[in-house]
Amino acid sequence: MPVTVIGGYLGSGKTTLVNHLLRNANGRRLAILVNEFGELPIDADLIEADDGDVISLTGGCVCCSYGNDLMMALMDMAKMEPRPDHIILETSGVALPGAIAGSVSLLNDYVLDGILVLADAGNIEERANDKYMSDTILRQLADADIVLLNKTDLIEEEQKGSLVDWLREKSGAASILETQNSILPIEIALQSFTHDDGFSADRSTHSTSQFETKFYSFSAPTQTQALAQELAGLSQIVRAKGFVPNENGKLKTLQLVGQRFEITPAPENVEAGLVVIGVKPLPDLSHALTGI
Amino acid sequence: MTTIYRAKKIITMNPARPVATHVAVRDGRILGAGSLAELEGWGDYTLDERFSDKVIMPGLVEGHSHAMEGTLWRYTYLGYFDRMDPNGKVWSGLDNIEGVLERLKEADAKLEDPDTPLPGWSLDPIYFNNERVTREDLDKVSTTRPVGIMHASGHILNVNSKALELAGLLKTGLNNPGVPLGKDGLPTGELKGPDVMTPVGMHVGFDRDMLACDEQGLVDFAKLCVRSGVTTATDLAARLPDDAVDMMSRVTARENYPARIVPLRFHHGVTPQELIAHVLELKKKTSDRLRLGMIKVVVDGSIQGFSARLRWPGYYNGAENGLWYISPEHLQDIINSSLEHNIHIHTHTNGDEATELVLDCMEEGLLKHPSRDHRFTLQHCQLADASQFRRMRKLGMCVNLFANHHFYWGDEHYNLTVGPERAERMNACATALENDVPMAIHSDAPITPLGPLFTAWCAVNRLTASGRTQGEAEKIDVDEALYAITLGAAYTLKLDGEVGSIETGKRADFAVLEDDPESVGGDKLKDVAVWGTVQDGRIFPASEL
Repeated sequence: MPVTVIGGYLGSGKTTLVNHLLRNANGRRLAILVNEFGELPIDADLIEADDGDVISLTGGCVCCSYGNDLMMALMDMAKMEPRPDHIILETSGVALPGAIAGSVSLLNDYVLDGILVLADAGNIEERANDKYMSDTILRQLADADIVLLNKTDLIEEEQKGSLVDWLREKSGAASILETQNSILPIEIALQSFTHDDGFSADRSTHSTSQFETKFYSFSAPTQTQALAQELAGLSQIVRAKGFVPNENGKLKTLQLVGQRFEITPAPENVEAGLVVIGVKPLPDLSHALTGI
Repeated sequence: MTTIYRAKKIITMNPARPVATHVAVRDGRILGAGSLAELEGWGDYTLDERFSDKVIMPGLVEGHSHAMEGTLWRYTYLGYFDRMDPNGKVWSGLDNIEGVLERLKEADAKLEDPDTPLPGWSLDPIYFNNERVTREDLDKVSTTRPVGIMHASGHILNVNSKALELAGLLKTGLNNPGVPLGKDGLPTGELKGPDVMTPVGMHVGFDRDMLACDEQGLVDFAKLCVRSGVTTATDLAARLPDDAVDMMSRVTARENYPARIVPLRFHHGVTPQELIAHVLELKKKTSDRLRLGMIKVVVDGSIQGFSARLRWPGYYNGAENGLWYISPEHLQDIINSSLEHNIHIHTHTNGDEATELVLDCMEEGLLKHPSRDHRFTLQHCQLADASQFRRMRKLGMCVNLFANHHFYWGDEHYNLTVGPERAERMNACATALENDVPMAIHSDAPITPLGPLFTAWCAVNRLTASGRTQGEAEKIDVDEALYAITLGAAYTLKLDGEVGSIETGKRADFAVLEDDPESVGGDKLKDVAVWGTVQDGRIFPASEL
């Protein structure tokens, strides 16, 4: 099961993002793991039944609180029938999401999808100078694959530019996306397809006001590693996934989120092709994809 | 029915009459301490002379222990130091890996089913040149059953190949700083940090539920209390679900249960509102020997695990600063609500930055909810400096310092974690007393063995395991140390009106000793032999447990 880790300090919009994703799950059965000290961070109208440990949500989704034992909660969740399609792990405000992702990767039932870290545009710089929390905030940003600069409606346009530059410096090669009210297309937040179903439905190029999705097919072998590195270096590209022919013409699965990518052997009986999702307008990738 | 006990000496901790020869007990409480002639005035009595060659002092109070120590003794002890189990058997310390493997093999031979897990505990490789126990080493013990050894610190677990295989981790390609890899690309079997330990630990008997104190563990823990002269001990902390509380209530109510247990409710896993509501409910279930209604909040990690939060300049070896286990907002919320509802909190802070945060939150909280006698207690608080002790005093806080740490990890703190200067002021007992901060000292059993007289010896001598005195200026004298393990600890639990001294009206809780800790000499405090205890007037000889 893929796990998306959502980090960021208190008040940065993690809970709002989780609720937004639940409302836009479109048939995905999401399992939410939360560890926050406030009230249950799920909007009341999404809750179907509160059975104690596991809360049933609309659309077959569930929510559990993991207290101080994340690993046990994940192991319990792996036994759940039917299995969720995707796990969203909302960390506590002081957790280091990279360390949590490292722990998740030890469990054979799970693969890490990516680390999203939210930053409140109104106070992230102030937080990063806090007497107690400074290094924690900076470590959170450095752990991110995708940084959501959230609540951008609360700051001036010129402020935004310098904030993005500052975030870029602090978060390494993470993709930085501007959001308001944590509103983000679900295919940006979560990897939207699995090995098995391929991406037959996704062969189209489409876009929203902010994001764009493009499908590329391959007619020749590629330097897969170099291709992945190039994609990872392009800040507009947030996610990419597909099956890419390598130097020897063998298909490899390429998955990329922010600067993180993984190349693994492709499953049998899949067709070559790559879906790239990013900030509009996506750069011209034809030279990188035409192969060697 | 009045019994008057005669003793060789009675140390009362009552400054009005610090020493007596007799103590009169009725209905489990103390009528008075003095001479036989003085006590005869209470009316008919039986004179009991069984303690006439013993020294009696107030029952010792352990202000920071975990009843889990009772449970751990069902596992194989592999520590470097000799240690007594609940049945009085002293397990010899092991000073090399061969010895560790040998003892595990003996335990393995006693197990019939080849799949049964074999857990061991209290390994400390710093005493054998930091040589690590590997998966291959433990495979020599068994290749069929999972074998796992918990380190003394509780932060590292070593396991064999079978355990890794059961957890699905006997594979290459792992990339986690908590899972070191060997030359073959497979894990070495060492697992660092709770999240990494959990998926494997459950296969080797270190399931967290199993480690929460169970019925047998609670009984065995009380035996350790009797053997160390303890009549009141904290269990710091647990989630305290209803079934655990029912079990504890039932077990401690038994006529022969020899200790008063003070379990604190862990802050994790619930909202502050739920936490307060739960603790208010728990308060109603409090009984003579099970005192409920307090909270423990964990703020940071440990110094030797490099997860404690240190102020500038941080760790001596350059390690990155540690981890916050709670946000300032969350901590503030719990402190405010607890002050408002008059609920008593103990906070775990090891590093001085974590301590500073608690002090800041207390300052803020007390402005909103002034409280004249909250006695919130900083537990461990190992790196606090003089300015922080001054703030504690002003804020009405208590401190419970981890005096045993000097002995077990003092050399490591000096050389590696915090460096010489801060190592010498760690657990600054003298500074605490100089600044009038009410102070206790503790073992954090099972991290170090339960034994307040040993803890007192640590605070008086500040010797490290290598025999070096660390922090001459922070030594305290014997009287101060004996106060810290009786009235000092009782005060941090708001039990000083009931226990901690031998005087009229208090509980008849005594530590019965073979030697006089006041005259034996500070360097021999740890060797004072314990005969047993008297708890609520009931007599518990260690030899008859």
